[in-house]
Amino acid sequence: MSLVATTGAGAIILARTQERAAAVREADAARPAAEATLVAGVAEPVLRLESVCLSFGGIAALDGIDLTVRQGEIRAIIGPNGAGKSSLLNIVSGLYRPDRGVVWLARERFTHVPTTRLAAHGVARTFQNLALFKGLPVLDNVIMGFVHRRSAGFVRQMLSTREARREEAEARAAAEEVISFLHLGSVKHRLAGGLPYGIQKRVELARALVARPPLLLLDEPLAGVTLGEKQELAAHVRNARDAYGASIVLIEHDIGVVMGLSDRIAVLDYGRKIADGTPEEVRSDQAVIDAYLGVTHEGETERGI
Amino acid sequence: MTRPVRSIATGWLSAPHFAPAVLLIVAYGVVPFAGSDYLLDAVLTPFLALGLAALGLNLLTGYAGQVSLGSAAFLAVGAYAAYNFNLRLHGVSFLMSLMAAGLVTAAVGIIFGLPSLRLRGFYLAVSTLAAQFFVQWALTKFGWFSNNNPSGVIDAPQLTVAGIIFTGAVGRYLFSLTVVVIATLFAIHLLRSQVGRNFIALRDHETAAKVLGVPLLRTKLLAFGVSSFFIGIAGVLWAFAYLRTVEPAGFNLDRSFEILFMIIIGGLASIRGAFLGAAFIVVFPLLLSRLGAALLGNVFDSGVLEMSQRIVIGALIIGLLIAEPRGLIALVDRLAERVLRRSPRPLPRSPQF
Amino acid sequence: MFDYQFFVEVLVGGLLSGVMYSLVAIGFVLIYKTSGILNFAQGAMLLFAALTFVSLVERGVPFWLSLSATLMIMVGLGITVERTVLRPLVNQSPMTLFMATLGLSYVIEGAAQLLWGTQVHGLDLGIDDVPFELGGVLISRFDLFAAAIAGALVTAFALFFRYTRTGLAFRAVADDQFAALAVGLRLSRVWAAVWTAAGIVALVAGLLWGARLGVQFSLSLVVLKALPVLVLGGFDSVAGAIVGGLLIGAIEKLAEVYIGPFVGGGIEAWAAYVVALGFLLVRPSGLFGQRLVERA
Repeated sequence: MSLVATTGAGAIILARTQERAAAVREADAARPAAEATLVAGVAEPVLRLESVCLSFGGIAALDGIDLTVRQGEIRAIIGPNGAGKSSLLNIVSGLYRPDRGVVWLARERFTHVPTTRLAAHGVARTFQNLALFKGLPVLDNVIMGFVHRRSAGFVRQMLSTREARREEAEARAAAEEVISFLHLGSVKHRLAGGLPYGIQKRVELARALVARPPLLLLDEPLAGVTLGEKQELAAHVRNARDAYGASIVLIEHDIGVVMGLSDRIAVLDYGRKIADGTPEEVRSDQAVIDAYLGVTHEGETERGI
Repeated sequence: MTRPVRSIATGWLSAPHFAPAVLLIVAYGVVPFAGSDYLLDAVLTPFLALGLAALGLNLLTGYAGQVSLGSAAFLAVGAYAAYNFNLRLHGVSFLMSLMAAGLVTAAVGIIFGLPSLRLRGFYLAVSTLAAQFFVQWALTKFGWFSNNNPSGVIDAPQLTVAGIIFTGAVGRYLFSLTVVVIATLFAIHLLRSQVGRNFIALRDHETAAKVLGVPLLRTKLLAFGVSSFFIGIAGVLWAFAYLRTVEPAGFNLDRSFEILFMIIIGGLASIRGAFLGAAFIVVFPLLLSRLGAALLGNVFDSGVLEMSQRIVIGALIIGLLIAEPRGLIALVDRLAERVLRRSPRPLPRSPQF
Repeated sequence: MFDYQFFVEVLVGGLLSGVMYSLVAIGFVLIYKTSGILNFAQGAMLLFAALTFVSLVERGVPFWLSLSATLMIMVGLGITVERTVLRPLVNQSPMTLFMATLGLSYVIEGAAQLLWGTQVHGLDLGIDDVPFELGGVLISRFDLFAAAIAGALVTAFALFFRYTRTGLAFRAVADDQFAALAVGLRLSRVWAAVWTAAGIVALVAGLLWGARLGVQFSLSLVVLKALPVLVLGGFDSVAGAIVGGLLIGAIEKLAEVYIGPFVGGGIEAWAAYVVALGFLLVRPSGLFGQRLVERA
């Protein structure tokens, strides 16, 4: 069963069933990780948070958050400023350590996700205020997304052993592929730091995608760009899921775009989850309406990490 | 980064090997015959040694973003290590001593780089001063390092490689040139590898690098090690090919700053910039003393010269940081582009080595 | 048999020379707190101030006139630095600004010596350095005087920060530059004032250090003594600068006396750095420093 809704901009597939997403992934034979987690057609969650709590100096940023992200879904987390959205992503990526609660990445349980092993666990992320390597060309930025797969160390790289050359070629080929997928071919030799903001956002997406992570965390992927770029980026996010099979968690301010893009939406307010469900359900939730009409301020920015 | 640099470079740079090839032909084929001993001994050999040191520091500071104020200490470690290998291990070729000195310096660099695992920015910069003071102290205090010379002075042995003795101004120049060329090729190879990318990633966004799985601790220590390796080799050239008699006091804090200034003036994160900066720092005092003597005559004594030199170099650093933080090399590139009447590019290009 | 009296004497001597380190360190803290810059030129300013003062005195200018003239010159220097170095470099990374202050230290050192010459000047502040005895411990009169001056200076700054409008502006800028801008504080004016204050600290420190070491080029190297103090105490804490200075001074002297003989002496040159680093490895935020991204 699949649910189709229409918006002013045209028909957009709002939600897909798991079976549909699983079919997409099964077609993509290149990813053993996804297959391993598929058990008799019922995928276990790629990410599960259990009563996660976090406070800064006595002030609760997150209070008992439960969250499940299924295989192949686009999961949005929305909420007013200071609701704890970014903190949540930082906990999943291990930059923050929760006071209580656990994080499950596929079948592994963490009380503190090890950031340095994050990519190896199949999680990639982008940052709210861009975290590109400004002094590297776009191509090399994207190749950096492959760094956790490198096993040839310094000496073997310096000696250009067969293994080192093979790894370099693999990373380069993967980067070229995702670069053309995201239409970045014309800028791939430019330094990332000098590119327009919208393009930099796309480069960051490419870097996160290049290693085909089962789980992709996007911190406000659509913030700060023009309306046209916004729609373009939204399409890229959806394509990333469809073509690369990544489950996506995205934090967003712009409710309109999120409604059209996500399969399920969790709403945070003052560190608590006040609603969770399909866009339809969330849209008509009284608590959500109150929170948004009561608190949100257009154009406000949060301080990222 | 091999391909991008090649594919986007057009026109004058269309053969990226053209300019370096010409430079090498001149350096090997013309300079040894046409250059005077003064030019070779007092200008080119120190330029090569300091250029290599600047290159080493640039790997650490320019590319990997870790500021070090203790470069002179590593010059000293290289020089004294090579001296001792040469002195104490009979039958070891000079080339082996040179390599071993580089490796010893790398090890010392890694030890003094350990604070980088906990400290950043200014705190790290200050902690690198520990290397500066400790090494100078150790070389003066422990006679063993200088074969019990009371003031820690060492005299360089002859430069002998595979039976060929490099003597005279020309020999020492050619020896330095060869070492520097090989080291530079090594540096280029390193920067084009994943390790080089990791350096820049560490510098530009440490958190993002960590999330992507860059081994931060290993990368930082590697940067200190590799950088010190180059500086150590440079120290051997400085002590053995240029000065031939050195004492610990010659590797003082001013020398460390001098090397740092080379990369700020020449251009951070640029191999060519390191050499340009070294050329400037070596040639500039010579020019200034000539100019001063010509304009002011006797008033321009060595004291005045040193002071005006300090003022000009200091002012130049401030001026460059304000006007062109990418250093002289960026000015040179822009000038070359204008001369060749190529339209300026709207977007920055790939980094050039 | 452990000689306690000797130990106390060394300790007191160390603490008093630590005060001198604190004095230099406070100049750094003032600038770091308000603009996030590690001002390497602090040592050069110290040299410049002392050299200017002593040269004026030697040329027959009365003491107090020389002092006020030097003070005016330091104020002028602070304003000039703000105009020519800081303002064009606003919004640059702290590291860029640090390198600019390295350049600045070269300019000031060069200018000071080009102007006043490179010979060593004696500086007599009229305090006898005759040690007196207190409970069986010999204490240097001069060191005590220096400690008193440093104490007075710190108290003056503390009062200034707490009770004056400009002091409040300093603290606002230190807290949050953008917020300070938003409420209409003129950053350039605050910075010029801060550099002037740092210049005054440099003058006081320069006179005290100059009286002890003679006024000469190496005076600018006392900055190297202050840096480990800053690392230990935190770049942004006046209290840290004082406690750090005392600690470093004491440890340095004790190490020199009790450990030095075993390794050939002269460890004063680096002992402070090793102590500061060792401490940071255990406690990365230093004694009083805020837990900053810079060092964590």
